[in-house]
Amino acid sequence: MAHGPSENFFNRWLFSTSHKDIGTLYLWFSFAMFLLGGFFAMVIRAELFQPGMQLIKPEFFVQMTTMHGLVMVFGAIMPAFVGLANWMIPMMIGAPDMALPRMNNLSFWLLPFAFAILTSTLFMEGGGPNFGWTFYAPLSTTYAPDSVNYFIFAVHIMGASSIMGSINIIATVMNMRAPGMTYMKMPMFVWTWLITAFLLVAVMPVLAGLVTMMLMDINFGTSFFDAAGGGDPVLFQHVFWFFGHPEVYIIILPAFGVISQIIPTFSRKPLFGYSSMVYATASIAFLSFVVWAHHMFTVGMPIAGELYFMYATMLIAVPTGVKVFNWITTMYKGALTFETPMLFSVAFVILFTFGGFTGMMLSIAAADIQYHDTYFVVAHFHYVMVAGAVFSGTAAVYYWLPKWCGKMYDETMGKVQFWLAFISFNITFMPQHFLGLAGMPRRYSDYGLQFADWNMVSSIGAFLYGGAQLLFLYNVIRTIGWGKPISDPQVWEGAQGLEWTVPTPAPFHTFSTPPVIK
Amino acid sequence: MSSENSYYVPEQSKLPLAAAASMGLMAYGAASWVIDGGTSTIFLIGTLIMASVMYRWWSLVIEENTQGIVSDQLKYSYVLGMYWFIFSELMFFVCFFGSLFYVRVLVGPWLAGDAAIGWFDDTATDAAIANATHLWPGYDATWPPLVTPDQVVTLAANPDVTEFKFKGPEHAMSFPGWSFGQLFAWLPLWNTVVLLTSSGTVHLAHHALKEGNRKKFVTWLGVTVLLGIIFLILQAEEYIHAYQELGLTLDSGIYGTTFFLLTGFHGAHVTLGTMMLLIAFLRGVKGHFNETDHFGFEAAAWYWHFVDVIWVGLFLIVYVLG
Repeated sequence: MAHGPSENFFNRWLFSTSHKDIGTLYLWFSFAMFLLGGFFAMVIRAELFQPGMQLIKPEFFVQMTTMHGLVMVFGAIMPAFVGLANWMIPMMIGAPDMALPRMNNLSFWLLPFAFAILTSTLFMEGGGPNFGWTFYAPLSTTYAPDSVNYFIFAVHIMGASSIMGSINIIATVMNMRAPGMTYMKMPMFVWTWLITAFLLVAVMPVLAGLVTMMLMDINFGTSFFDAAGGGDPVLFQHVFWFFGHPEVYIIILPAFGVISQIIPTFSRKPLFGYSSMVYATASIAFLSFVVWAHHMFTVGMPIAGELYFMYATMLIAVPTGVKVFNWITTMYKGALTFETPMLFSVAFVILFTFGGFTGMMLSIAAADIQYHDTYFVVAHFHYVMVAGAVFSGTAAVYYWLPKWCGKMYDETMGKVQFWLAFISFNITFMPQHFLGLAGMPRRYSDYGLQFADWNMVSSIGAFLYGGAQLLFLYNVIRTIGWGKPISDPQVWEGAQGLEWTVPTPAPFHTFSTPPVIK
Repeated sequence: MSSENSYYVPEQSKLPLAAAASMGLMAYGAASWVIDGGTSTIFLIGTLIMASVMYRWWSLVIEENTQGIVSDQLKYSYVLGMYWFIFSELMFFVCFFGSLFYVRVLVGPWLAGDAAIGWFDDTATDAAIANATHLWPGYDATWPPLVTPDQVVTLAANPDVTEFKFKGPEHAMSFPGWSFGQLFAWLPLWNTVVLLTSSGTVHLAHHALKEGNRKKFVTWLGVTVLLGIIFLILQAEEYIHAYQELGLTLDSGIYGTTFFLLTGFHGAHVTLGTMMLLIAFLRGVKGHFNETDHFGFEAAAWYWHFVDVIWVGLFLIVYVLG
């Protein structure tokens, strides 16, 4: 293992066992999926630009909303953070590679096949999945197009990929730390990923069980989700959200980790309340298993259930608040500078907190009867998914890209991209709160005239936001191709941690001999 | 914790991409197979490639181990991998056990228009009342449910109908009572005896291996594999009995649904476990394991104990309390 990457392009990228190359593959794949899911979003916003049906048929519109959600959640955000985990965890804990390098490559290569199958459904007879990314039965069983079977098996492969990827991360963190790297010395990004990986191993099998029940109901005569046989469509929702609620933390916890790395660097202060951050992350993970039915307040649960899920959900605000206050306190009296990663991180803290507050509104069972399935929900989760997960992913790329490729990105262009993304994001999603509170339901291809103005504003914002991503892509390619070379291992003045002790750009093999941590 | 410069990072390998491609073929093939008029060709091709990839992959791992390039630390990575794989399998069963709990404790009473359990739900919800008045009038929730809501409503409209979308089973697989003769003829009890015994024999095999007694190891492991096969034969027997004599099928409502999915997935895991043990057996015959280095066998043994624990849960919840 002494030598560098294979000279042959295909050998290097197809048969890799290097955590860095596999991390790069994950990141590029997720960006490709981000553009694909973004294209679907553009189709949605173009249709909603004006009331009435302009561009596409309603049947295709619901396929677009479904595929947008599936591709963004499973294809863009999750693989992006697995890519970051691959690149950074071994370098942060002083390990030569991931614990199981060949399985690592298998985890990655399952994804292109899964998404090829999923995307191909759009061209099948009867169309692609049209039941929303939450694929509630009986829409996804009794009334689903034939292509749902391809969807089911694609989800199985994604699940296998996630489970293997997480087992690899757990084994790496538990077994590969350098001498002296105790658990409570690990960087926050490693901690959040360890807990995320645990969540993934716990809930991905539940998703596999769920789609298996669908497969049986559709093709083999069982009645899990059919009351005529003694089953219950609501069972689907319970099992889905038992997976789905931890899933949203699977998306946001690594984002918390990224932000907890970046803010101390540009505040030139250590992270405030490190151990409380660790415990808060663990508490959020635990609570994520016991709040799932807050997605189902309108389904007809007994009042005791409504109350329990309401209060349990509100409890999550406590550890989340701990995190937000710790980030703010880290910045307090720090020597702050606002390079692009820091700008995205500060925006993350503000906008994620805003999304958290609308989450608190939604957690009130009685109020949720009004908000449920409106654009208010859409606005809420885009504040935490886009301004949360996507902003932190963007921040992470700007933060670590110089270490990965040994070249500096264009700071001005990065700042332009940030302001464009920040402003257009708010133009897109802030009005959706108003639309939702005024009663506009989600997943409809047409709307009443009273919603016309804000929809047009929202669509204009969405197109601008899409443009900001192309600028991001250009800036990254420009950096890799023609960026200003740098060689300082430190890259950022205030950065702490093992990844900043290896040369810049990071050599193909790092920590073949583990460092000693005092 | 890392020790000095010992972790083996393997060379590039074609196997992961081949495995991913064959899994893609299997998924695409399985989907096109279950759709009406589909064929199994693509699925079978994918399965064959997958089988050969798995064979070569594990051969490679075994070869690396025999060459001595696998450090203790890497071995512990395999151990961790197996722990968490078993945990993920456990969560797969949690999904089905949870679903059984939900339909049995909550959905049944709700379909019949009642509240479910006192302290949680002491008055029937509007949805439950609507079930009893509008959708499934006359349905009475019992467990095991021998009639489906569909049957009750269809028969109330026309007593002569004999074809239903979901027709309840004539008999369930429940506990037959304490008389010796009934218990003796009750297959699930025999299955429990077989599987618990096999957990014991695999433990004896493990002990024999640790003592360095290869002959004893191979013998007990062979007995375990045989018991696994006997279990599967008995379960097949039970399924035939259910389909032919009890009217208990996949489409006999929620009872058949949960019964076959829980026992079926358990059976699938017994099959997998038996194959793992069989491979360990063949390797044992070839002399692959020694007193201290035998994780290939140990992982299979853990998996076997896990499958056994799931069975105990199944036996109590699905059969005895069923």
